[in-house]
Amino acid sequence: MSGMSGKTQERLLYLISPIGLILLWQVLLMLGIGDRRFIPAPSDIAWRYWEMLRSGELVQHTAATLYRVFAGFFLGSIPGIAVGLLMAMFRPVRIFFDPLIASLFPIPKIALMPLLLLAFGFGDASKIALVVTAVFFPVVVNTYVGAANIEKIYWDVARNFGASQAVVFRRIVFFGALPMIFAGLRIALAVSFIVLVASEFVATKSGIGYLIWSSWELLQVDVMFVGIVTVGVLGLIATVILQEIERKVIPWKAE
Amino acid sequence: MPVQRRGAAVEIAGLRREYFSGQGAVLAIDHIDLKVSAGEFLCIVGPSGCGKSTLLRILAGLDRQSSGTIKVDAAGWAVENAMVFQESGLFPWMDVETNVRFGLDTRGVPRAEAAPRVDAALKLVGLTHFRNHYPHQLSGGMRQRSAIARAFVTDPGMLLMDEPFAALDAQNRVILQAELVRLWEQTGKTVIYVTHSIEEALLMGDRTVIMTAQPGRIKQIIDVPFPHPRDLIQLSGSAEFGKLKLDIWRVLEGEVMRARAELEK
Repeated sequence: MSGMSGKTQERLLYLISPIGLILLWQVLLMLGIGDRRFIPAPSDIAWRYWEMLRSGELVQHTAATLYRVFAGFFLGSIPGIAVGLLMAMFRPVRIFFDPLIASLFPIPKIALMPLLLLAFGFGDASKIALVVTAVFFPVVVNTYVGAANIEKIYWDVARNFGASQAVVFRRIVFFGALPMIFAGLRIALAVSFIVLVASEFVATKSGIGYLIWSSWELLQVDVMFVGIVTVGVLGLIATVILQEIERKVIPWKAE
Repeated sequence: MPVQRRGAAVEIAGLRREYFSGQGAVLAIDHIDLKVSAGEFLCIVGPSGCGKSTLLRILAGLDRQSSGTIKVDAAGWAVENAMVFQESGLFPWMDVETNVRFGLDTRGVPRAEAAPRVDAALKLVGLTHFRNHYPHQLSGGMRQRSAIARAFVTDPGMLLMDEPFAALDAQNRVILQAELVRLWEQTGKTVIYVTHSIEEALLMGDRTVIMTAQPGRIKQIIDVPFPHPRDLIQLSGSAEFGKLKLDIWRVLEGEVMRARAELEK
C-alpha cells in the first residue's frame, strides 16, 4: 500500500480480527441463527450502549469502577516496586519477604473479599483493598526479578566509580529494573480489573461489576453485554496509556 | 601542549588469588611481582584464562587478593583508578553526557564544576555532538569512546583497561588504538592494558608483560623499544615490529598450547 507507513499498516491489521468477529456475529443473528433475546446482536448492544451513555447511567458506573481500579493500582504497585527493589539490594529484606510472597501470592484474591468486607465495610475501601492485594504481588515479583538480574557489569562500574548504596539504588537498580517493573504493571493492571469487577458483584450498588450482575438478575442480556464490553474497552485504553508511558520512560528499550 | 602530567605508580608484590569452588581451590594468579612506574603504558598479554583480568579487577577494587600487597602511589590524584571494560558498561538509561558525568556525580562534584570537565572529556574523544544520544543509538566504537571519556573525566591516577577494543571490528580497533595512544601521549596517565593480542600490546605499550597459562604467573617482561609519538599503522608494517611480534609469539606459543592441553584434559 503506497503512501502508508508500515506502522499505519500494522495498526489496521490490529483492527481486522475484532471487527471481523463483530461483523460475523451481526450477520449470523440477522440470518436468524441464534436467539436474539439471549444473544443480542452487536447493533442491539450498541443501541443500548448509546442509551445508557446518554442517560448518564454508564458514566456513573464507569467512574465508580475506574476510581477503585486506579486507587488500588497505585496503592498496590508503589509499595510493590519499593519492596521489590529493597529485596534485590538487601538480603535480609529478601529473606523476610520471600516466605510471605510464596504463601500469599497463590491465594485467589477474590477469596479475601469476605474478610475485607469485615475489615473495611461495604464502601469503596474494601474493593480498593482487594485490588491492592491483587496488584502488589505481580509487581513485587517482577520488580525483584528485574532488579536481581541487572547485568553484573553495571554493579562493577558503579563500584569502580565509587557509587554509594543510595546512588546505586536510585540510578542503577531502579532504572535497570524498569523494563521488568513495567511488565509487572501490565499484569497488575489486567488483574486489578479482573478482581474488581468480580468484587462488584456483591455488596455494592455501583460499578460495572454491579451493572453486569444486576442485569443478569433482571435478564437484561444487552445491558450485561454493555458491561462486559465496557470492561474490555477500559482495560484496552488503560493498557495503551501504560504502554505509551513505558515508551516515554524507557527510551533506551530496543525500538 | 599542556604540561605533561604523570600518573600513579604501582608496586605489586607476591600477589596471589585463589578461588574456592565445589571442586576445591583454583589458583588464578600466583607470584605476581610487578612495578609500574608513573605514566607508564603497560600491557599484559596472556592466553585466555591466565588470570590477567583477575589481576586488573583486583587493582580496580572489584576483587580481593588472597595474599600479597599492592601499593599505589596516587598522591595528588583525587581518584586512584578508573576502569574501561570490555563491553563498554555504559548505563543504557543514561545519555552519553550523563554516563560520562557519572564518576563525578558519585564523588559529589558540583554540577557547575562537572560541566566543563564533561565538555572537555567529550571533546577529547570527539563525541561532543553525540552527548545527548543514548548508548543504543551509538556504534560499538562510539560506545567505547564514551567509556574512555567516562574514565578520563574523573582524572584518575591510572586507567585500567580490560580488552576494551576486543569486540570492535578491525578498522575501528585501529582507529581507537591510535586515539588511545594519542590521549596517553597528551596526558601521560599510567595505563594498565590487558589484551590477548600481542600486536596490540606492542603497538601501544612501553612494556609488555607475558603471563603463563593457569595459574597466571609472569613469564617474561619485554621492553618495547619503539619511541613515542607513534604512528601505529606505519609501525605495524615495519620489519622490527614483525620480528618482535614473532619473538613474543614464540614465548607465548608454549603457554597457549599448555592452556589448550589443560582444557582438553
